[in-house]
Amino acid sequence: MHDDPRLGGGNGFPLMTLKERLQDHHEDAQSAKSVILGDVVTAVIDTMAERLSPTEHMLLEEIAGLGRIIDQAKAEVAGVSVESIRGSHIPTATGELGAIVEHTALATNCILESCEMLDKLSSDLSSEHSRILQAAVTQIYEACSFQDITGQRITKVVKALQAIEGKVLELAGGQSTGVVMHLDVSSPEGCIMHGPALPAEAMDQDDIDKLLADF
Amino acid sequence: MAANPINVLIVDDYKTMLRIIRNLLKQIDFENVEEASDGNEALTKLHAGNFGLIISDWNMEPMTGLQLLQQVRADPKLKATPFIMVTAESKTENVIVAKQAGVSNYIVKPFNAETLRSKIQKVLGHA
Repeated sequence: MHDDPRLGGGNGFPLMTLKERLQDHHEDAQSAKSVILGDVVTAVIDTMAERLSPTEHMLLEEIAGLGRIIDQAKAEVAGVSVESIRGSHIPTATGELGAIVEHTALATNCILESCEMLDKLSSDLSSEHSRILQAAVTQIYEACSFQDITGQRITKVVKALQAIEGKVLELAGGQSTGVVMHLDVSSPEGCIMHGPALPAEAMDQDDIDKLLADF
Repeated sequence: MAANPINVLIVDDYKTMLRIIRNLLKQIDFENVEEASDGNEALTKLHAGNFGLIISDWNMEPMTGLQLLQQVRADPKLKATPFIMVTAESKTENVIVAKQAGVSNYIVKPFNAETLRSKIQKVLGHA
């Protein structure tokens, strides 16, 4: 029990009234989710006004101010329309990205098919022309591996969007989608899979060769 | 130039990449190429056939390229088969883990035919 008469009830501070009021606000929050934190603190200040020292009053005013800022932030987050982000924006973005992968895969396979045809025809050419054609076809094959890399990069972007969706939902007071913010994933053997690195961060083949040579 | 007689197994869950690697191998005179789309299928083919080289992606499901490598190295019949990892994973920790698991060489995507040729020559002892 508290010894401070201001908190002790009885003929002192009306503790039960305060508790009841806070309980009312708590129940409002549970049922209608309409509680305004700033109002609760203001109500507390009003109730205690006559018994507060100037410092305590100032502190409580500041808490009330903080409550209003939090309320405003929550209202702003709610205002971004979480449902439209979750129900429309994110699915549209991931759908568009999926379509990019699908269409570039189709185009890549079409290019590969044409290259394979040129490859077959090269045996009918003179050795010099055949060599030039083969070199060009090889370059096209090499360039086509972009499809694999871009596919992996787009998968990373989709994961990032899903993580943002989860965070927005959390901030707006809804249930998290459970998507973690980490974009790297652990492989079954426990090694972290990063996917393609950005050019500035990636080790190139020479770096890898040096690393392997050190073993 | 005469085609290289070695049987090569390429493993990748992305069919376009299998097609690209097969064509690049053809350009550098490896004509005997078989494909598998994950580690499990690769192991089945490795036990059924006689392969002199494995070229595998890492990030596959359900069995990854690293798990395939570990199983190959643990198998008395397969353990001496040269194994090249071809992957977009280019962090130091990935290379070290693969090396510790017994990878013969490591190629980071995107790569070119010359890199593929030189790494194959190296692991086959022709460098």
